[in-house]
Amino acid sequence: MQIYLPIAEMPISVLLILAMSAAVGFISGMFGIGGGFLMTPLLIFLGIPPAVAVATVTAQIAASSMTGALTYWRRRQLDLKLGGVLVAGGLIGTALGVLAFNAIRRAGQLDALIMLSYLGLFVAIGGMMLFESLKAMLIARAGTPVRLERAGQHPAWLKLPWRVRFYRSKLYASVWPILGFAALVGFIGAVLGIGGGFIMVPALLYLFRVPTAVVVGTSLFQILMTMTAATLFHAASNQSVDIVLAILLIIGGVVGAQFGTRAARNLKGESFRLLLALLLLAVGMRFASEAVIKPDEVFSITVQGAR
Amino acid sequence: MASWAQIMACLAAVLGFWLSGPARAQELVASLSTHRVLIGSNYTGAQIAVFGSVEREGRAVGRADPYDIIVTVIGPRQQLVVREKSHHGLLWLNDAQRKFADAPSFLASMTNRTVGEMGNADDARRLQVGLRNRLLPPSSVAQADPELLRFIDALIRLKAQDKLYQEIERGVTFLTPSLFRSGIVLPATAPTGNYEVFVELVSGAVSLARQQTSFEVVQIGFEQQVAWVARNWSMTYGLVTAIMALIFGWLATVIFRRD
Repeated sequence: MQIYLPIAEMPISVLLILAMSAAVGFISGMFGIGGGFLMTPLLIFLGIPPAVAVATVTAQIAASSMTGALTYWRRRQLDLKLGGVLVAGGLIGTALGVLAFNAIRRAGQLDALIMLSYLGLFVAIGGMMLFESLKAMLIARAGTPVRLERAGQHPAWLKLPWRVRFYRSKLYASVWPILGFAALVGFIGAVLGIGGGFIMVPALLYLFRVPTAVVVGTSLFQILMTMTAATLFHAASNQSVDIVLAILLIIGGVVGAQFGTRAARNLKGESFRLLLALLLLAVGMRFASEAVIKPDEVFSITVQGAR
Repeated sequence: MASWAQIMACLAAVLGFWLSGPARAQELVASLSTHRVLIGSNYTGAQIAVFGSVEREGRAVGRADPYDIIVTVIGPRQQLVVREKSHHGLLWLNDAQRKFADAPSFLASMTNRTVGEMGNADDARRLQVGLRNRLLPPSSVAQADPELLRFIDALIRLKAQDKLYQEIERGVTFLTPSLFRSGIVLPATAPTGNYEVFVELVSGAVSLARQQTSFEVVQIGFEQQVAWVARNWSMTYGLVTAIMALIFGWLATVIFRRD
C-alpha cells in the first residue's frame, strides 16, 4: 500500500515504514537512545530528501522517547532532577553546536567531518563498552558480582562545589561536570544532526555510575525534551517536517518502543552494555566500510534548492 | 492519467483544428492530453499524451527529407551540486564538484527516430536534441570542457536511475504521415511546479517550426492543505506535530499498560 507524502513530495510504502520504525523504536526503548542515527539513513536510502528525513525523524524520536520515558517513570526508574540538569546543559551545547555547524558547512567539508566523527565516536564508545562488558561478564561467571554503581566511590571531579544528591540515580555529585558533559553531548549532537543518546547513555553508566535502568529512563527524558524542541525548530525554520510520514513513523515507533522497554526489563546490566556496544560497533563498521571500500558510483547529487 | 476518452478528445481537437485551419496556417500544431496533473494521496506518477499534426501544405517544394519531431519536456529548475569521490589514502572522500545553478529537475527528450538518423553530431548539438546537448550551455558547445562533460554524464546517469531524466529515441510515433503522438511518463518523485513542453518540427536537420506548451503538477485536497499549512503556519504546524507525537507516545503506554 502506497501513500503520497505531501512535504517529501513522493509516495512511500506504508507497511515498509511501519516495520522500519517499529524496529528502530524497539532499539530506542531498550537502550534509551533516540535511534535517529539508524532511522535517518534508512529514510534517505528510500529516497526521502535528507532535510525532510532529519526533520521528520525528530517527531518520531519525541514520540518513542515519550512512551519510553513514561514507562520508566511509572517504574520509578527516571531521575527527574538529573534529567533536568541534563536538559539544561544540553540546550546550551545545542545552541553552540548549531553555530559551529553553520561555520563548518561554510568551510565545505561537512560530509567528511560528519563521517569521521561518527566513525570515531561509534568505534571508540562501542569498543570501550564491549571490552568492559565482556570483562564484567567473565568476572560474574567466576562468581564475584560486580557493580558499576559502587556507593561512596565517586571520582574527585564529582566533588566540585554545588554538590547535589540525586536519590534515584544513587549519585551525590557536583552539578558542574554533569552540566558540562550534557553541553558537550548537545554540541556533538547538533553538529552531527543526532540526539546524542548513544553518547549520553555510556557516559551516565561509566562516568557517573548511575544504575542501568535509571540511565535509560533519564536519557529518554532528556531526549524527549530536546527532540520536542527540535521538531518545533525544524518546522518553523525550514518547513521540512512531513506530518504524514511523521504519523507513520510515530505509530511504528511507539509500538516498538513499548516492546523495547519490556525486553530491557529482563536484561542484565552487563548484557545490556554488551548489546549496546555491539550495536554501536556495527554502525561504526558500516560507516567505515562506506568510507574505505570503493563505491560503485563515485558521483552523488545534492539538491541545494528550487528556483 | 491519460484515459482513452481524453486521448480521443485531444485527437479530435487536433484533427478538427488541422482540417478546418487555413492552408497558410502554422506548420505545426501540438497539444497535451492534460495541462494539470493532480496529486492526491494515492498518486504514484502520471502519463501525459502529446499529440500533434504537421501541416503539409506549407512545405517547401522539392524538400526530399522526411519530417522529424523532437519533443522536449523541462521540469522546474533546481540548484544542484554533483560531487565526485576520490581516493585519499585509506578513505573515499568527496573531492571535485560542479554546481549546476539551474538544472531541470525533470528532463525528457523524445524523437521519432534515432538522433544519428536525423543528422550528424553537430546537427544534434545545434538542435539541442538529447539530454547531453540540452544540459550543455550553448556557448561552449563547440569545444566543451571534458571535465564538465564528465559531470554532466554523471548527472544524467544518476537522474536517469530515478527516471527523472529520460532519453527515448523512437518515443514519437507518426500515426499518419502528418499526425504524430508521444507520451510523457512522469515518475512520482517529479516535483510539483510548471513543466515546459517543446515540440519541434525538423526536416533534414533544419528546424522548420516550433511549438511550446506546458503542464502543471499540483497537489490537491489534503496534500495541498498540509503543504500550505506547513509553509504559512509553520509554528502552528510544528506545535501540532509535536503535540501529536507526545499524545501518541502517551497513548501507547496506556494501551500497552500491564504493570
